[in-house]
Amino acid sequence: MSKPRYERPSLVRNVVGRMNKAGLRGGLTPTEAVETLPAERLVAEFGSPLFVFSETRLREHVRRAREALQRRHPDVRLCCSYKTNYLDAVCAIQHDEGSLAEVVSGMEYEKARRLGVPGEEIVFNGPMKTRDELVRAVRENAIVHTDSFDEIFAIEQIAQELGIRPAVGLRVGLDVGVYPRWDRFGFDLANGQAMQAARRIAKGGKLRLGGLHTHIGTYVLEAAAYGRAAAALSNFAGEIERQLGVRPTHLDLGGGWASCNTLAGQYQSGALAPPVETYAEAITTALLASGEGKSPLIRVLVEAGRALVDDAGTLLTSVVSTKRLADGRRAVVVDAGVNVLFTAWWYRLNITPARPVTGIVEDTVVFGPLCMNIDCLRESVQLPDLRPGDVLVVHPVGAYAFTQSMQFIRLRPAVVLLDTQGRAELIRRAETLDDLVGPELLPARLRRAVELADHGQENGNGPAAKNRLKR
Amino acid sequence: MSELAPASVRRLRSLAISDAGFVFDPRTGHSYSANATALCALDALKRDVPSSEIAALLRERFAADDVEVEHDLAEFIRALGEHGLVQSDPGGGSNGSGGN
Ligand SMILES: Cc1ncc(COP(=O)(O)O)c(C=O)c1O
Repeated sequence: MSKPRYERPSLVRNVVGRMNKAGLRGGLTPTEAVETLPAERLVAEFGSPLFVFSETRLREHVRRAREALQRRHPDVRLCCSYKTNYLDAVCAIQHDEGSLAEVVSGMEYEKARRLGVPGEEIVFNGPMKTRDELVRAVRENAIVHTDSFDEIFAIEQIAQELGIRPAVGLRVGLDVGVYPRWDRFGFDLANGQAMQAARRIAKGGKLRLGGLHTHIGTYVLEAAAYGRAAAALSNFAGEIERQLGVRPTHLDLGGGWASCNTLAGQYQSGALAPPVETYAEAITTALLASGEGKSPLIRVLVEAGRALVDDAGTLLTSVVSTKRLADGRRAVVVDAGVNVLFTAWWYRLNITPARPVTGIVEDTVVFGPLCMNIDCLRESVQLPDLRPGDVLVVHPVGAYAFTQSMQFIRLRPAVVLLDTQGRAELIRRAETLDDLVGPELLPARLRRAVELADHGQENGNGPAAKNRLKR
Repeated sequence: MSELAPASVRRLRSLAISDAGFVFDPRTGHSYSANATALCALDALKRDVPSSEIAALLRERFAADDVEVEHDLAEFIRALGEHGLVQSDPGGGSNGSGGN
């Protein structure tokens, strides 16, 4: 008969409210697999840490949002928010589902074009668009939403030079009761700037009026705020038509729908996000009830990012070491930190073991591998006794974690996609040192010092190295 | 050669411990959950078994191959001290079980 597995002896004080009838035991369900593939096998095959994206889940979220909107309005298109996750495969799946591209820089624009998205299916937002980027966008009939008068003037000049009259939209700043208010973007509606901008575009003689865009915030839990935003944009469109005699080409309600993640400061446990149908209902009901409902309906765009992508991403990470902190708390160091999970700073990410839990679970601090005090993934999470090499599953990490990851201290890990047949495919290999130093140019005089130091088995900083360089 | 003072052994003997790992301290009313190795260690500590022998006992009962049982045991005794279940004595700090 085999002996039971050894665990570190552990005695954990029972705290009221955290116990089930077996004390602290058994309250933790492991996440043994991502879809059908065992987490430990994925790590064995592709290395650790490892980002894993589920094509099935991504498609499900996109379809569900699209259907929720299209069931309630005849002309709605989703836009893939590139900054949320611009891995080629993640964007390509959304384009395959019929989503337009929503970009906020020339780099993202270029990425969308590389994926075969035509200019007229690219929504170009953001507070900074260079002249070259604007030239390309207006030439390719992209859906440009201007952010400032300076940008309108720049496009007017470009239009004149090119001898064209492009359609240009504007981002509208709204107060719909969402805190914090994002008033640094676009033209404020209440103070009249938005109407001024619309007038300049429609009546300036150089441009045509495109669509009206707004983005009221991010992780907005109150779906009704989208109803207020939709009504405000729709009424503004009506006002423009009355005053300027032109009709905006579309209303873009932006993104910001909450995802299934949990906020770090949230008191309640579990995700609070309303279902996508609630957001869809709020937007479409407001549009149909407003003046919009009486004339032919204007096309509606939605740029929800995290709500569609977050759940599709998982990070597998391995335990490097375990220790007791000075105050007696248990701590583990894992091989992925805030370098790849920037989102750990505002989300309380779920962290679960990849194999069945035996024995007691205990409050554990989860630290990343960086030699930085700030590198903490969770201050407190219930975990069993862990050993180096044990795999932990971090979820959801589909939104912003990858795009905001950095080559800080460690290189970025590989990314795999689980296709709809349950097969794992590499969609981004793990980075190598060449990826980091490739763009660097070392002046020749310094290169010599490095070579000498290498041969002399010194670090090149000591007096001996300097002497040799003089010779 | 037990590291625990007689008062600590008496204190541990006063705990009510179930086979399922429920530990009750009648002096404070606090309850604890203990895992299987902790139960084994507590039982031995109550019997004043030296820690080097407790480590051997754990190795015998559990599949412990290369893990540092002595170190874990010292940690455990330190944790008992933090819970006020044994007197923390200056010589028996976090690392010095003397078992290895
Ligand atoms: C203009 C715009 N659209 C869409 C998004 C996507 O936001 P979210 O991921 O919160 O849905 C953002 C994010 O900041 C944005 O700035």
